[in-house]
Amino acid sequence: MSTPLLELKNVTKIFGSKSDYTVALDGMTFALDEDFPKIVTIAGESGSGKTTMGMLMLGFYGPTMGEVLFRGQPLSTFKGPELYKFRRQIQAVFQDPFAVYNPFYKVDNLLSIPIKNYKLAGSRSEAREMMENALERVGLRPEETLGRYPHQLSGGQRQRIAVARALLLAPKLLITDEPVSMVDASLRSTILKSLRAMNQDFGIPILYITHDLTTAYHVSDYIIILYRGSVMEAGNVDKIIRDPQHPYTKLLVSSIPWPDPDLSWGGSEEMIQKSQVAFKEITGCKFEPRCPYSMDICRTKVPELFMTNGDRVVACYLQKDNPALPREELSRVFTEA
Amino acid sequence: MSAPLLQVINLKVYYYVEAGAVKAVDDVSFDLESGIKMGLVGESGSGKSTMAQAMMRMIKPPGKIESGHMILDGIDLVSLSEEQMRQTKLRKLAMIPQGAMNALNPVMRIDRQLIDGMLDHGVVMSKDEREQRVTELLEMVDLPPKVAMMYPHELSGGMQQRVTVAQSISMEPDLIIADEPTSALDVVIQRQVMETINRLQERLGISVILIGHDMGLMAQTVNRLAVMYAGRMMEIGETRKMFHDPLHPYTQLLIESLPVLENKGVFSGIPGITPSLLSPPEGCVFHTRCPKAWERCREEIPQFVEAQPGRWVACHLHTA
Repeated sequence: MSTPLLELKNVTKIFGSKSDYTVALDGMTFALDEDFPKIVTIAGESGSGKTTMGMLMLGFYGPTMGEVLFRGQPLSTFKGPELYKFRRQIQAVFQDPFAVYNPFYKVDNLLSIPIKNYKLAGSRSEAREMMENALERVGLRPEETLGRYPHQLSGGQRQRIAVARALLLAPKLLITDEPVSMVDASLRSTILKSLRAMNQDFGIPILYITHDLTTAYHVSDYIIILYRGSVMEAGNVDKIIRDPQHPYTKLLVSSIPWPDPDLSWGGSEEMIQKSQVAFKEITGCKFEPRCPYSMDICRTKVPELFMTNGDRVVACYLQKDNPALPREELSRVFTEA
Repeated sequence: MSAPLLQVINLKVYYYVEAGAVKAVDDVSFDLESGIKMGLVGESGSGKSTMAQAMMRMIKPPGKIESGHMILDGIDLVSLSEEQMRQTKLRKLAMIPQGAMNALNPVMRIDRQLIDGMLDHGVVMSKDEREQRVTELLEMVDLPPKVAMMYPHELSGGMQQRVTVAQSISMEPDLIIADEPTSALDVVIQRQVMETINRLQERLGISVILIGHDMGLMAQTVNRLAVMYAGRMMEIGETRKMFHDPLHPYTQLLIESLPVLENKGVFSGIPGITPSLLSPPEGCVFHTRCPKAWERCREEIPQFVEAQPGRWVACHLHTA
């Protein structure tokens, strides 16, 4: 097997002090292969560790335990030119389409600075052409966007320029953290379309971090459901959204407000109310305090990733009759079609 | 039939900027009966939040309520003095704000924040009565009594939002305006907060205007839907009918663009961009993006008429 592009090896990230701490990510192992042009969603509610996972992969901070590897080399060892090169290969699009722009500069800056920094263009006209191409690829008309200030554009347009910027650098991986949550519903589809096109036309894998399972279902191929830093369920997104098996995934899926008055919110009232239970030291399954199916074993031992079929794992003892997949092989559910 | 709880008549709210008047709300009229939950949807810039602010009389210069009436239970809110309006707020109508974390006072305990409004309105309560009222309000929004002695930062986002819900019902108003109350929360918490609002709405028989852009949330929670576009009301009707048989081309496109389970990977947006509110197009404001527009749409502003019983629409396709 070839070396994966980016790999989390048993990564734990803890924030806070010795006495008062939060385990944001708990022993996560995950790998993305070089030639794997798929979209993988990392989903979960606030505090599930999804953003932490993205930040670790971008190298914005290091893990407390475990390793983050880029082509087999730990991120922490990157310095100078190597770090510079790494930064180009992993690009990001963030949540807030306002905060990434300096309001005093024209939006052109967001595109021209990376061209300058990475010396992508030989001349000014070549740079201009690159910027125009990048904008066209995300469905924007350059004459309507270049030369404008951020406040003159809509949130959707700004977010698409951010995608265009990432595209310009031809990255090996794009990490998007809630790219559409601050954008109007009617403009979301344009951004998702740009992401999908980027993924399919240029073969760039995308990690789509979100709490919104509706867009996750529509844009991605695979999904990992996190809860308090641990994997609850992972695999093929269609199967998981249409037929969730972990009680937590069931709760999430049943809380999706589908835009159809005939499809009403379903699911267990009990689980919903129980979500107010404070987090305590848990030795077993993290979802156990909220789970209506809780058994004795759930309180004592962390469930393994039970493989219910070739393309799905469920960390729940209700599935214990299925073979367990070793945690370090989690990515296998993403490769077996 | 008795008079509706709220009647908005030809309301216009303009913002006066250097370049001219921004017509944020332009000639909007609708009625709302008691006990109805109405959703008010639209894209950014459609005027939905301006509507909410106008109803609370919170429009600040350079904005101004240009003309029109908002008659709540027989009283025209537009004609009230600042002081009269202050007296009306919380008693007759209250607002649930968008971001609870910015609406609560970070250095005041929750109990104080819950009854502050009541005290300000001259409600006289003994210490015991105050405590009892606080516990009662917390219980109504499914929060444990211990929350009373806590500060906002000790609560999660969903719990903070419940506190603002409790504040809004503290004087049992007739109408609650909720401006995207759950847009900062994730799905499970969003659902908890919405179910709390729903339960209270039924228990106390209040009317609710829920402002937002999430059509999914609307489908799950409101019984009437109002659609705004570029400062104008496009269509109002019963939620189910609006989803199944939208009359206005804008509503049709809006509903077609929604992600549904059956259509994976189909991303359809509404082509074109929203017009400038400084110089909205002549005729129907939607004609520049409307696939069904014809000559008349470019020249004449369509009237907002009752096309079917309970279905109001502003479109030349539906005016005789």
